This record gives sequence, structure tokens and C-alpha cells, in this order.
Amino acid sequence: MRYAYYPGCSSDTTGKEYEATVRIVCKNLGIELVDIPDWSCCGATAAHGKSHLLNTALPARNLALAEEMGLDVVTPCAACYQQLATANKEMKENQQIAEKVNQATGKNYQGTIKVKSIVEVIGSLEPDIIKAQMVKPLKGLKIAAYYGCLMVRPPSVTGFDDAENPMFLDNLMRLAGAETMDWPHKTECCGGALQVSNEHIVVKLLDKIYKEALKSGANCMVAACPLCHFNLDGCQSTCNRLLGTTYEIPIFYFTQLLGLAMGLNQQELQFNSHFTDTRKVLKLVG
Amino acid sequence: MKRIGLFVCWCGSNIGGVVDVPRAVQEAGNFPGVAYATDYKYMCSEPGQDMIVKAIEEHNLDRVVVASCTPMLHEPTFRKTIARAGLNPYMFEMANIREQCSWVHSQEPEKATKKAIALIRRALAKVSKVEPLFESYIPLTKRTLVIGGGIAGIQAAIDIADNGHEVILLEREPTIGGKMVKLDKTFPTMDCSACISTPKMVQVAQHPNVKLMTYAELTEVNGYIGNFEVTIKQKARYVDHSVCTGCGICTEKCPTKVLSSYELGLGTRKAIYIEFPQAVPNKPVIDPENCRYLKTGKCGVCAKVCPTGAIDFEQKDEFITEKVGSIVVATGYDLFKWEEVYGEYGYGRYKDVITGLHFERMVNASGPTDGKIKRPSDGKEPKSVVFIKCVGSRDENKGKTYCSRACCMYTAKHAHQVLEKIPDSNAYIFYMDIRTPGKLYDEFYRRTALEGAQYIRGRVSKVYQSGDKLVVMGTDTLLGRPVQVEADMVVLATAMVPSEGADKTAQLVGISADKDGFFTEAHPKLRPVETMTGGVFLAGTCQGPKDIPDTVSQSSGAAAKVSALLSKDELATDPMISSINEKICSGCLACKAVCPYKAIEEKKISEKVRGKVVERVVASVNTGLCQGCGCCTVACRIGAANLKGYTNEQVIAEVDALCL
Amino acid sequence: MESIKVNQSIKNNNDFIEKISIESGQPVQQCYQCGKCTAGCPVAFAMDYTPNQIMRMVQFGMKEELLRSKAIWLCATCQTCTTRCPCNIELTKVMESLRIMADKEGTTPSGSAKNIKTFYDSFVGTIEKYGRAFEVAAMLQYNLNSKHFFNKAALGLPMLQKGKLKLSPSKVKNGSEIARIFSEVRRMEGEGE
Repeated sequence: MRYAYYPGCSSDTTGKEYEATVRIVCKNLGIELVDIPDWSCCGATAAHGKSHLLNTALPARNLALAEEMGLDVVTPCAACYQQLATANKEMKENQQIAEKVNQATGKNYQGTIKVKSIVEVIGSLEPDIIKAQMVKPLKGLKIAAYYGCLMVRPPSVTGFDDAENPMFLDNLMRLAGAETMDWPHKTECCGGALQVSNEHIVVKLLDKIYKEALKSGANCMVAACPLCHFNLDGCQSTCNRLLGTTYEIPIFYFTQLLGLAMGLNQQELQFNSHFTDTRKVLKLVG
Repeated sequence: MKRIGLFVCWCGSNIGGVVDVPRAVQEAGNFPGVAYATDYKYMCSEPGQDMIVKAIEEHNLDRVVVASCTPMLHEPTFRKTIARAGLNPYMFEMANIREQCSWVHSQEPEKATKKAIALIRRALAKVSKVEPLFESYIPLTKRTLVIGGGIAGIQAAIDIADNGHEVILLEREPTIGGKMVKLDKTFPTMDCSACISTPKMVQVAQHPNVKLMTYAELTEVNGYIGNFEVTIKQKARYVDHSVCTGCGICTEKCPTKVLSSYELGLGTRKAIYIEFPQAVPNKPVIDPENCRYLKTGKCGVCAKVCPTGAIDFEQKDEFITEKVGSIVVATGYDLFKWEEVYGEYGYGRYKDVITGLHFERMVNASGPTDGKIKRPSDGKEPKSVVFIKCVGSRDENKGKTYCSRACCMYTAKHAHQVLEKIPDSNAYIFYMDIRTPGKLYDEFYRRTALEGAQYIRGRVSKVYQSGDKLVVMGTDTLLGRPVQVEADMVVLATAMVPSEGADKTAQLVGISADKDGFFTEAHPKLRPVETMTGGVFLAGTCQGPKDIPDTVSQSSGAAAKVSALLSKDELATDPMISSINEKICSGCLACKAVCPYKAIEEKKISEKVRGKVVERVVASVNTGLCQGCGCCTVACRIGAANLKGYTNEQVIAEVDALCL
Repeated sequence: MESIKVNQSIKNNNDFIEKISIESGQPVQQCYQCGKCTAGCPVAFAMDYTPNQIMRMVQFGMKEELLRSKAIWLCATCQTCTTRCPCNIELTKVMESLRIMADKEGTTPSGSAKNIKTFYDSFVGTIEKYGRAFEVAAMLQYNLNSKHFFNKAALGLPMLQKGKLKLSPSKVKNGSEIARIFSEVRRMEGEGE
């Protein structure tokens, strides 16, 4: 399996532990990631406020680069995935937009490749391939898997998992030996896009998510997007400060936990770069 | 010498607003054979028809063309008109310049007019070649098959039987009664449903003209109006109903309990069971999937305790053929499988999110909870109940596009029952609209609102389980605010869909269904109980969502149509059937192979050829069976098979008129 | 609260209604105001107009109120409304078109919504310059423009320590390609393409 890899702008900053563990896990599972040469920002959650054409052209440049490589694109960040997949759909279905975008990028994207989320790619492997790598089952972890709002919605753009009760992450975590909880806020938005400018709104959203995760019996959460992770992990203290709560829920990247089950050491997994303390929960793992 | 009368209709502005009718009359009036041409605003009206009759008499016309709407609507009308004037009714042709011209080309009047004239030219060419045709008569079977033993089928059966005709009432479940008998109380009168339907169930079962066949299914239908031959599979009951007294000891002693699908999984029944205490027939059947004896050869307790020896494990399915003259389809409805698509309401994972029918079974005094409203999860009485309407209805995204018609009323009823039965309770109803079109309906709903049912205008986005409560995320669009309710139970008013297996029934009987699977009526306004298949009628929710009053009305309507059909002693057959020109028929019998009605036979004829008598085989049409489909005329290479009313010569004349 | 003169509101703003319909690609007239969007919107509680009210205002052509609203900026593009709308309307796209129109016409939203726009501008500004988002610069620019000078300051140091912030940008090599995208988009949109 070879894919054109789109790391996204947070790969060397807020999402650096995700980036590192994605690469190790993929290598161990036989998924070859070929970086898109000279990739550029997809527009993230900001460009849609400036111009629709810009919001499509920025990701489309990367699609064209990947098409030149002759490979489908895979990306670990859910926001990048939504941007790239939406642009891909529009380029394929709307000739008018496609012409304008190609004019803007100076490239000639023909719409021949697919865009996939890293969760879809890893989650679609034969379970035996993954089980073969699991040497340290994560017993003791009770995980509320958080998918975020952009990875599985809307179904017309994403479509690889159920939009209301997705299970890809849950299944992967179960293969790693952990227990996953059936909880109702898997896809409830955490407000990541508003994090910088409107903290007071975001903490209310976070509060709802943490509350339901704990109610379901979870002792930690798993995320698959650097924006979600930064919000849930980095802003947990802000939430406690502004709302007077006392949440202490570690948020892991799913690739960190897969790596842990594969036997990687704590340094490789970079747990200490989280804001919320992960040590208590990690002790529960045998 | 042919003398054709041409009558072009304006149909108000339907045709006249697009097609230049006077010009059509003028140009077409010049075509060969036209002895008289005129136009009128509404040709099908009485003055219009009288105009035709007068013209035939005054101008000595021997055949007529009417250029107006679709023959499906008024061909019979105008045939009767010219018959009144003394002409053979088949000396007639229609040109459809409405549905096939003015209605679809309304933006291009010039082209539409040219097309109308071409269509008239075709009709004139055809009518020049027609010959008088005469109907023949065949006997009909004065018996009706009613498919479905719910209130629709029961009412139709009673009405037809009261009219003196025999009825076979066919029901695939062990008992008749359908969905209505599962309900508790019915709006707007709050009559106990079982109290009003069980007398009818008994009435139909005891009616001397009704043969009740329960636990039986339709497997084949052959024939046509007046002369159907149907095959019914009587499923093995493993109980001899002619000996069984319905004492019920077997059901007490049976050791196997299974979840009852009748109780929608809320209660249990035994492997030998009577569906509910008032079932008709009130005798048990054995479920072969769960009976220990039938599966493993062990047990047989029921046979041991039965005082009359009615248990018969050797029983087999039986196939019975019956002749009937008409069929009434009353197969009813099922509820939309919301658990498969509404993930935002939990995909069925939350035990306390139920459907309206579940609620009915619970609140029903003879139901699985003895009439107590209880949370399925822990059996506690819910204090706050949320009702969500339009689940699966009016939803282009993942449900049905239509409105299911009964939900606004039954939700109001349910809210009333919650407030009445549970002290200090709250009922919240999330709605988009409140549709109460029937008699005393709006008053009924208003009373529930005054009683304390809280109506909140807005659809619910999500319901989720939080601890032992259900959180409902809704909105009040009238206030413009998102709204949240913590509920103990949520009841979904789910869409009504055609009952399981309706598509197979449609195929067997030969009727069509619409995009949602509901059977198609012959005309949505004027012929709501007939289908396009002669002799087959519709009643109840299988034709479209409706409530009980409308169902019963429709059933009586279907019964009236059936009675009209069966009031005749003979059926006039359509004279537009095939005939074989024996002179040129080579006897290849290709026509016999393609005839779907098995209407063609071999026939031996003798002819004199050069003084010698020669015997040869030709094809022969059975005029009683032929339905005039025309397949034989296509298969016949020489053209010996010709369809009266659509002869080869007539068709070629039409083609020439249009193309040359 | 003034009475809406419906004939005028719809007639005078028909161009606006059409423009939003075409740019978003959504059949705005089909919305039957069921409110499911509002019911599921995570930020509806903070909005001045709820999502279904925004749609209603579009149907009535109330351009001024719409472009000045906070709601269109508070929208977090979480796709909940789009996923669940029974009329298959992608409300996210309608919100997007309204945002962009407000931005182009220079209408500044009030209060917290203004900061959102400021953040988008700062962020996209770094994309234009470097081809990749440069968080530190975007943050500093935002703090300056929004006058929330110490916004997120407490996080800044720990992030640097954990290696989650870089003080220098990652740049795209072919910066000219990025510059081309921005200039071409400006040109095409300026020419009303």
C-alpha cells in the first residue's frame, strides 16, 4: 500500500506526536507514506471565510501534486481531510469550478485520485495484520473514542464510516485490547475553529464532551485530529478555570495507543508532550 | 364512401390556450374523408356530446374522430355517445392533443398546433380503416378474494358478503384483525379499538358467505377479470382446527417461550400459541421454528394434554386452487424501520426510545404490560415523555417524502394518555405541523394542548442516553432558540410504509405500485379504489397512508365496485382481440408459443387444393381467453394474426399519415 | 421590531437571494423551517440568529441583517446541520457564502464575531506569505488586531517547551505558485468571474 502523504501544517507543531506515531505505525503495518513534495496549506478552518475559490484552490494544488505522483492521498488531520476531500469532490463534479481552480493553481488536476483519512486506511486493513503487531494489549484502558465533526460528516464527502455512530476508531482500539465505551458525543463538535477567538464558547462545548465521556465510564479519550486533540487536551485546563470543573482526562492520539500496543516506548510515543497528565491512566495498562 | 366527423375540443384553456384550435379544425377538415369538422369548448360535456349525436344524424356520418384528451379518460365516454346515435361504438378514434401535446408543449404554441394537426391526421387515417366490432360475452365467477384480514379486508368482505356474493378472506397471520386490533384507543372518540373491531372480526368469520382462510398465503394468480384462478398455500398449523375447541391447555403447558413479534418484542408467547385472547379463529397454531418436537423430536406435551387430540405433527402445507371473479387487495401497512437510518436517535440502541405502535401495545390493557406505561429499560413509570413527530416522514434526506397522515392525531392521543394515566407527568411534543383534517380532529388536539401537552414547534436533531435519562436536543423555531428536554421515554411517530411483501403481492396479482411501494389506483381523484388491472380493487393503507375512518370508507367503496362487477351474469369481453386469417396461416404456431394467456390453440382444417382435399394445421384464437395484447401479431411472420382494432393495415395507415 | 414589507423585501433583494443560491449551490427556497439545524447546532446558544432563522432571512432577502449578524461567523462548519437536514440543504455552504459576501462588502460583524473574522484574516495571511500556516505569526497578528494582547499567552510558553510551537515558519519552496493562487483568485473574483 502506497499513498501520497499530506502531513498538514500542524505536523511539526501542535500535532507533532501524532505525526511521529502515524509514521511509525504505518511503517509497522506495511503502509508506505510518500510525502507530497512541496505541499502547501489546505486552508484549514479559515480559508472558507475568505473566498470559495481560494478555499478550493489551496487544497487542489496538493491534489494536483499527488495526481502527478499517481497515488491516492492520505492525511492524518481531519480538517485537512475535509478540505481535500471536499475540494476533490467539487473538482470532479463541477466543471466550471474545476476550470477556474486549475487556472488559479496553474496545474491541470484531472480528478483521478481519491482522498482518504488515515483512520480509513488503517481501519480498512485486515484485522489479522493489525493483531499480529499487538504485543502489549491495552487492558485497563476504557476509551471514549472521539471522532470529531469533520472526519465522518457529511456522508456525501467522507462516507467511510457511519456519520452518527462511527466505529472505525473503536474497532482499532479493541484490536489493541482496550475497552471502548458506547457514548453519544462521538461526533459532537468541540469548537476547534473558534478556539483562538472565542474561548468562552469553546469551553462550554468541551464541558459537554468531557461530561458524557466520563458518564459512559471512560478513563481516557482518543482523537484522530491535531486540532481536536489540541482543543481537548490543551484547553482542558482553560475549561476547568472558566467553568470551575475538575476534569483530568488524558487525550491520546489513536496512533499513540496503537504504538503502545505495538510495544513502542514512551519516548517514541511522546506522551509527555501532552498538556493533560497521562501517567495515571498509563499505569493501568498492564 | 367514408364520412368522418371530426370534433376538436378546446378543453377550456387546457388545449385551446396552446393549440390554435380553429386552425386545426380548418386544416384537418380538409383531409380526405372528413365530411364534417367542428370544435367545442368541452366535448365531453352534455352539450358537447349532443353536438356529436346531432352531427352524426344530420351529416350522415359513419365514423368519428374526437381530438381531445387521453383515451384513458374519455374513450369509453365517446364510444357510448356514438352508440347513442346508432353507430357501432368501435367506429371511433381519439387523438390525444392534451396530455401528449398542449400540456407538454405549452411554451411552443406554433409547434404544438402543427403537432396537433399531425396527430389528428393520424387518427383520421386510422379511423378510415376501422370496421364495426362486436363484444362477446363470457360467464364470470361470482366470488371474491380479499387479500388481507385487517379492518380494510374485513369491512370489504362483510360488505361484499352482505351483497349476496361469496368471499374468501385470506390472511397470512394466524388471526385476522391486522394492526387495528393491536391499538388501544382510537381517535377522536377514544373508542377502545378491540371493542369496535372484534365484533366485526366475529361477524366476518361467522358470515355464511365468507370462507375465512388464516395462516395462508397467496402463491399464484392466473386469469383475468371475472375469471381468476388463484392458488393459496395453507400453511401447516399442526393443529386440526376442525377438532380443536380452543380450550388453551396446550398453550399453558408448552415449555418453550419466545419473544412475541405481535407484542413487538415487549412480551413473550409459547411455541404453540394464540396471538391474543380475542383472536379469530380462537385456535392455536404451532410455530415450527421454535417447537421442540418439530425440531428435535422431543417434547410433544401439547399432544399429550389435548383433550380432543387436535395436535397433528404430521400436517403439511396444502396448496388450494380457487376460482374467483374479482380480487380486493387490502394488505395494510408496516412501520418504517427507523433503527436502520436514524443514528441521531440512537439506531435503536436506547431501550426507552420506542415507536407509536410500541406505545399502543403498552397502554393496551391486554398488552404485555397490562396497560401500564413503563420504561422498557427498567420497568419504571416515566414522568416526562417526549414525542417526536415526522420520523421518517417528510424527509427527503433519508426517509420518505410523504406525510403519514395519522401521526399528528395519534401522537395527540398518546400525550393525552400519558397525562391521564401517569400522575404529575409531562408530555412534550416536537412538531413541524399539526395536521388534523378530519371531523372533530382539531378539537381533539386542542383539548390535549389544554390538558397540558406541551407542543414545541421544531424538529429534534438528536436524542442520546445520559445516565438513565434521555436528552432530547430540539428547538423552538417560534421563539428562535435551541431547546433541551430530559426525558424518561421518547416516542417516535414513524412513517407508515406498505406492509412487508407488498411488492411480491403486486407482482402476483399484476398491479403496479408507486415509488414508495403503495399500490397505484386507477385515478387518484376519480377512481381511488380501482387499479389499472380489471377486476382488482384496493382498500386501506396498502394504497396510501390513512386513518381508520378513511380505510373503512375505502373498503366499502371497493366492495361497491366489486358488487357492481358481480351484479352482471355475463361479462362483455373486449372485442379488440386477435383473429387468424386461416387462408394465409402456415401453421407454424409461433403465435401459440408467445401468447401469455394460453389463448391460441391448434386447429385442423380441410381445404380443397386443385381438386384434392388437404388437411392442415392452423392457429386458432380462443376468444374467451384472448386479452388483445398483440404478441401473436408481432410473432406472426406472414401477418396472418391480426389484432382487431389495431390491424396491420390500420397501423400502417397511421405511420403513412405521420411520415409521408 | 419593524413590520417586514414582504413584497419589497423579496423583490428588491431578489438579486441577493439569487446570488446566495447560486454561490452556495443550495435551493434555499426548499427549506421548510423545521429547525433541525438549530436543534443540533453546537454554537446556536451563542448566536444572535439561529441557523433556521438565517435561512428564513435569506428566503426573505434580508441582506443587511444577515451580513451584519454574528451567527454567520460563529458557525464552526461542523457539518451537523448539513448531515441531518431533511431537505438535503447544505446549510454550511449557505453560511459560507454569507460570510464571504460580508467579508467582500466590508461589513464588520459585532463583538465576538469580529474576532473570528480577524483570526481568519491573520491565519490566511500567513498562508499567503509562506504557503503554510505559521501559527505564531497568526496568533501574534490576531492578538494585535483584536487587541486581546495576552490571548492564549499562558499556553505559549508550555507549547514552546513541548516543541509544539515554532518561532520560524515552514516555507513552501515554490512560493510563486502560492502567490499565483492568491493573485489569480483575486483577479477572477474582482472581474466577477
